[in-house]
Amino acid sequence: MSKPKPTDIEKRVSAAGSTVTQSSETLLEVSDLTTYFRSSRGLVRAVDGVSFKLDRGKTLGIVGESGSGKTVLARSIMELLPRSGLERNGSILFEGTELIDFGPKEMRPYWGAQMSMIFQDPMTSLNPVMKIGNQISESIREHLDVSKQYAKELSEQLLVSVRIPEAARRLDEYPHQLSGGMRQRVCIAVALACGPKLLFADEPTTALDVTVQAQVLDLMATAQNERFMAMILITHDLGVVAGRTDEIVVMYAGRIVERADTKTLFSNMKMPYTEALLKSIPRVDQPSHLRLSTIPGRPPDLVNPPEGCKFAPRCAYAQDRCTQEEPPLREITPGHEYRCWFPVGTPEGAGALANNRAQGTTATGLVFQEPEVATTTRGDG
Amino acid sequence: MEDLRPDAVPGGSGSAMEEIVGESINRGLLGAPAEISIAAIETGGEGESSRHKLSLGAKFAIGWMVFVILFAIFAKLGIITWGDPNESFTRCARRGPFSKEGSVSGFLAGCDSNGRNMMARLALGAWSSLYVAIGAIILGFTIGGTLGVIAGYFGGKVDTFLTGLFNIFLSIPGVVLALALVAFLQGSAEQAQDAILSPELILIIAIGVVSIPLVGRIARASALSWTQREFVLAARSQGAKHRRVIIKEVLPNVLPAIFSISLLGVAIAIVVEGTLAILGVGIKPPTPSWGNIIATDRGNLFTSPHIVFEASMMIFFTVLSLNMLGDVIRSRFDVREGVL
Amino acid sequence: MELTKLIARRAVQLIIVLLFVSFFTFLLVRLLPGDPTDVIIPFGTAAKKAELRSDLGLGKPFFEQYADYLNNVLHGNLGKQYSSGRPVSDLVTQSFPVSIQLMIYAQFLALLFAIPLGIYSAYRAGSRADTTINTTGFALLAIPNFVVALFLSYFVGAQLKWLPTGGYAPGWLDPLFDGTRGADIGEHFNYMLLPAITLALGQIAIYMRLLRSDMIATLQENFISMARSKGISNRRILWRHALRPSSLTLLTVVGLNVGALIGGAVVVEVIFGIPGMGLKITQAIFSREYIELQGYVLVIAVLFVLINFTVDFLYTILDPRIRRGRSAT
Repeated sequence: MSKPKPTDIEKRVSAAGSTVTQSSETLLEVSDLTTYFRSSRGLVRAVDGVSFKLDRGKTLGIVGESGSGKTVLARSIMELLPRSGLERNGSILFEGTELIDFGPKEMRPYWGAQMSMIFQDPMTSLNPVMKIGNQISESIREHLDVSKQYAKELSEQLLVSVRIPEAARRLDEYPHQLSGGMRQRVCIAVALACGPKLLFADEPTTALDVTVQAQVLDLMATAQNERFMAMILITHDLGVVAGRTDEIVVMYAGRIVERADTKTLFSNMKMPYTEALLKSIPRVDQPSHLRLSTIPGRPPDLVNPPEGCKFAPRCAYAQDRCTQEEPPLREITPGHEYRCWFPVGTPEGAGALANNRAQGTTATGLVFQEPEVATTTRGDG
Repeated sequence: MEDLRPDAVPGGSGSAMEEIVGESINRGLLGAPAEISIAAIETGGEGESSRHKLSLGAKFAIGWMVFVILFAIFAKLGIITWGDPNESFTRCARRGPFSKEGSVSGFLAGCDSNGRNMMARLALGAWSSLYVAIGAIILGFTIGGTLGVIAGYFGGKVDTFLTGLFNIFLSIPGVVLALALVAFLQGSAEQAQDAILSPELILIIAIGVVSIPLVGRIARASALSWTQREFVLAARSQGAKHRRVIIKEVLPNVLPAIFSISLLGVAIAIVVEGTLAILGVGIKPPTPSWGNIIATDRGNLFTSPHIVFEASMMIFFTVLSLNMLGDVIRSRFDVREGVL
Repeated sequence: MELTKLIARRAVQLIIVLLFVSFFTFLLVRLLPGDPTDVIIPFGTAAKKAELRSDLGLGKPFFEQYADYLNNVLHGNLGKQYSSGRPVSDLVTQSFPVSIQLMIYAQFLALLFAIPLGIYSAYRAGSRADTTINTTGFALLAIPNFVVALFLSYFVGAQLKWLPTGGYAPGWLDPLFDGTRGADIGEHFNYMLLPAITLALGQIAIYMRLLRSDMIATLQENFISMARSKGISNRRILWRHALRPSSLTLLTVVGLNVGALIGGAVVVEVIFGIPGMGLKITQAIFSREYIELQGYVLVIAVLFVLINFTVDFLYTILDPRIRRGRSAT
């Protein structure tokens, strides 16, 4: 019901540009960030040369399947990853401060106060044996010099602001006494407690019931607007980011494969992977018996990734060139980059499709399937 | 310095990473067989020992156990003797090890307060201590294992009854129960002038009975988990007799778990024998056991500590070795369970 | 309400277990072969034996004997020590507090050291400090209580002369304790310290290893990541967030271990000459005071059952989730 309807997506996409109009000063600038893990099998390249900028008050969507490195990227920026076996390079400028060399000790004043995170599973991300009130106020007490009583009042206000009924009573309850949606609201309250400038939301609605997903997303948007807070919304579902973000980064195998402002991405996507992701969103304007298309295959092994384009083995457009040469990140219009030799909606792309259609298979031996749904969507717009 | 995630744990770093990369496979924990976790809880162990290569500690443990067992057997059979363990050499009473003055040649470990050769006494003491401990564990494991498997396999009322019985026996602290059993059995034996109930046999029964409920619970948990596996259910559904299913299907899988804790059982039994000896109800002197060597010369601790310390060291290294081997075997079975 | 139902069911279980335990101690004496009076007072006069026979109710039907025994026990009558004629219940009230104090000190010392060590080695899992702590703990597990007791009394007592190697002075729980003089309690602790350390050492190893492995599991939980992302200190994360969810197994084992502690206390009391129930038990065995022995066994078993019963309830305090969930199991 509240799952984003494709018809809505169009409306929200066009509305998105006008939500934030205040000054556009850069808050976070990530350049060429790499995050590798040493493992017994070899080096896992979980994040591999990612760069982007985020302005104050803006929202960035990071989209990709599980295993695409989006969660690692967020935790890497926030420095929340386990440190042993970790190799992290590049640059993370937060309000002009370089964070890449900071250890947990230096990061602690930032955590909770400057940047905070909402985790995927509200059922396990709250401490089961601690009262909700304490879980909110401990963060306040840590970062702000306030009395216990004031911290408690603030916690109650926070619960009210995330629309939890009977907030005063809830302070003394334990997480197991709340539903999943309520717990995620508590998590949001915790994340907002000290007024961070940047909020990471890692699949904030994936574990929730469909009926409360939109409520939680709307709540986050409201909180963001009230506080002029930047947000990085991480999801595997393009439907979630549609209309809620200013810019979207699509990740695959630890790399950015397409980056554009939300409107452009939906109206003029260039990367076949983005197109495939969009196809996997359920649509109400199609017969319900029609099978949702899924992307064939699995994300690549991050220890031994394939030669050439990492998406080629699963791509309907794949040609011989894709298996030999990795495409660079190319910018076609300012702010719109993609990583493909045969982009969607271009003569090259159309040619590649026609070629594969004729042969019945792609250059990597995948049985050819028409990426038609996404094409229709673009046609509607 | 400040990293909180304990991912440096052997075998832990991989799983922490997998979870983040998003290929989290929830292995272990939920699928872990019950007997492993129970054994781990009751002995406080966690079986983190290296799985494929024997560690230095494990090699030492094997070496020590071979030594102790040969030491005991040779002493008992008189193949290599260190002299008569009960012969008194008054002139060298309480002499320490390697003492030149007035010593009898070959008294490597010195003499006890009665001038008896410590080496001979430690060797024969090894025999008594191991004999009682292993005997008790065989008794306890046979009865406890059988009852436990029956409880786990049949479930229902049988299970409720047997588990209740185990719990009642567990509600009396082991040492106190053994102490009471020895006291009353000895009383009975003397009363009846019964030759069958030798002091050693009484100890074996007392310590064995104490181990029954512990083994019973572990065997029950293990049998219960195996009884619910497909291949056992299949055998049962084909109308196989209970006896056959238990012997052919359940027992072979339960035995490894029981065996791996039996080594720890022997270690505990050695300590219990020593404790009972200190409390005055162990093996009757002059027959030596490690426990009663300590008990007899406890009063001379401050003047000639070597007597107590030598016997203590024998107990310590033996118990340590058995604990280590138990750990190694347990982690090996862990692998076996993982493969299944 | 769920909780009262749970308590009621547990209470019924408790009574059943206690009935069985008393039946077992009852059996101990009745199963002595021949005439139990010959075993208990082999050199007693005919009149003494007749008295004992009527005390035990021998000759009555078996279950009537048990009913009488139970009735006596419930009225605090545990029979008497036949050499002196003193009621066993008096002996128990004298020696029981001594043992209890020793066990409280030992348990306190054990947790005092085990909890920080367990937390630290989990936090630094895999480090050299962790390995050292663990190896030491593993070795400690292999040292029997009586060996620790003898080593400590030799080195700390006889060689260093820091603490007495034996003896006792009444403490706060003893009926004989004279609380008016401050020196008394100091003397009490002076005598109790070595025995308590002896008992604590083995427990430290058990508790620490247990807490460590549970703590390692807890530190992998999502709510720990969440707590980190709030920017609170590691100390607070370890003690406030991770300790409580990790301490459930520890609590069970602390409860179960009271059994081992009682066993250890028996031998430690004998070695250090502390007049608790352990020393009394061995004296009773030596002098064949079977009725007295039966009394001690019963009291210890009841104590142990009650402690485990209490531990079960402490669960609900430690883990609020159980307040609902546990009643189902």
